Amino acid sequence: MSRVTILDYGVGNLRSVARAIEVAGGEPVLAETAFVARSADRLLIPGVGAFQSCVDGMRSHGFDDVAREIVAAGRPVLGICVGMQMLFEASEEFGEHAGLGLLPGRVRAIPRQDDDGTRRKVPHIGWSRLLAPATARGDTGTLLEGHVGHADVYFVHSFAADPAEPGDRLADALYAGARISAAVARGNLTGVQFHPEKSGPSGLAMIRRFLDF
Amino acid sequence: MSQRPVRLIARLDIKGPNLIKGVRLEGLRVIGDPQEHATRYYEAGADELVYMDIVASLYGRNSLTDVVRRATEHIFVPITVGGGVRSIADAEALLRAGADKVAVNTAALARPELLTELSRRFGSQCVVLSVEAKRRADGGWEAYTDNGREHSGRDVIEWVRQAEQLGAGEILLTSVDQEGTRKGFDIPLLGKVTDAVEIPVIASGGLGAPSHLVEAVRDGHADAVAVADALHYRRHGLHDLRETARAAGIPVREAPAA
Repeated sequence: MSRVTILDYGVGNLRSVARAIEVAGGEPVLAETAFVARSADRLLIPGVGAFQSCVDGMRSHGFDDVAREIVAAGRPVLGICVGMQMLFEASEEFGEHAGLGLLPGRVRAIPRQDDDGTRRKVPHIGWSRLLAPATARGDTGTLLEGHVGHADVYFVHSFAADPAEPGDRLADALYAGARISAAVARGNLTGVQFHPEKSGPSGLAMIRRFLDF
Repeated sequence: MSQRPVRLIARLDIKGPNLIKGVRLEGLRVIGDPQEHATRYYEAGADELVYMDIVASLYGRNSLTDVVRRATEHIFVPITVGGGVRSIADAEALLRAGADKVAVNTAALARPELLTELSRRFGSQCVVLSVEAKRRADGGWEAYTDNGREHSGRDVIEWVRQAEQLGAGEILLTSVDQEGTRKGFDIPLLGKVTDAVEIPVIASGGLGAPSHLVEAVRDGHADAVAVADALHYRRHGLHDLRETARAAGIPVREAPAA
């Protein structure tokens, strides 16, 4: 059975994501120490709440180094929500905070207002369609295979990654006119801003694909 | 109108272990096992589920954690839970059981700072203000507690404005007058509340026909619509509601079969 090691560094409720892995046919393992996390076949980096408190939690458990090692070893890694944002170099949430630096780019606030003055409700909460980025790379062979351009998925966030390398963009979403980076991928490393464990059958299908990576 | 899809939410009122339904929040009838119904709604493409323990605030207890824990075993859409939430600890217990958001009414009216405490601790996206609104003779609406039984003396419009300032991230707006009547939503109420706040508003109470959904969104500017009676008694399915919404030009989520 495909094992997925979930980094448990004290933020958020991991119940839904663990259960989604089970339903998808995998075996979730909650890792509270770097020792356990290091043996991961596949690594899942969750994250909810403030960027800084997530990064602090990762560091205090030694999970930042573990994540780098596992990515370097080419084993599959999936970051969800703030877990995706942490893959980047830095975030502008409440000041300037360093991320894991596994992908180039920064995390910025969703603009509360458009250039034309249209106001936008933030946080972005709700379902949005996955769209192909301008630099369309196709979703074949990725976690989102068959879903870009078709699936609606569930988002809850006020900040979003702004990837510096256009080739890393796997899917975008439009939120009240703002283009948001919904998913990024480079090699075996994938990040999703939305919550696959709350996105119904489409989200479960993505988790199932992760088990086959 | 917002560009994002309007959310279709299945609302399950709970008493003890049972799914129940009343008229104007009274005359409660047992419908059956909440899990069986919740699974059916998830599979039919409900965008979210809302569970309300409708007697919890009367007796000061939370009986919902088991119901929620069972739900999150098999249901992978966001779940809001309310009824009897009085403190951070109550909210935490529900979130640990798998809820994504908690709804508060009675305790927030008694102590509005609770909204601030909850949003600081869990984020405002986690905090839903549940409002039970009853029409007043003068044309306004008063917020009620304990499932439409007790006056709060608060004007609904003033209350939702204050609640937004205090940290509520969403409003579940139930019209006590319309609830369970199948006569449609209280559109003037909905319009006044959606004008008063920036946060999303869920229309609840009165959906008896798919066209009522269209009115709530087009005329009342609802961000989401809660459906109970029509689903529980299989009068209208989520599929009908989605089709009616689409035909009226209202965007709804593409819901693949579970």
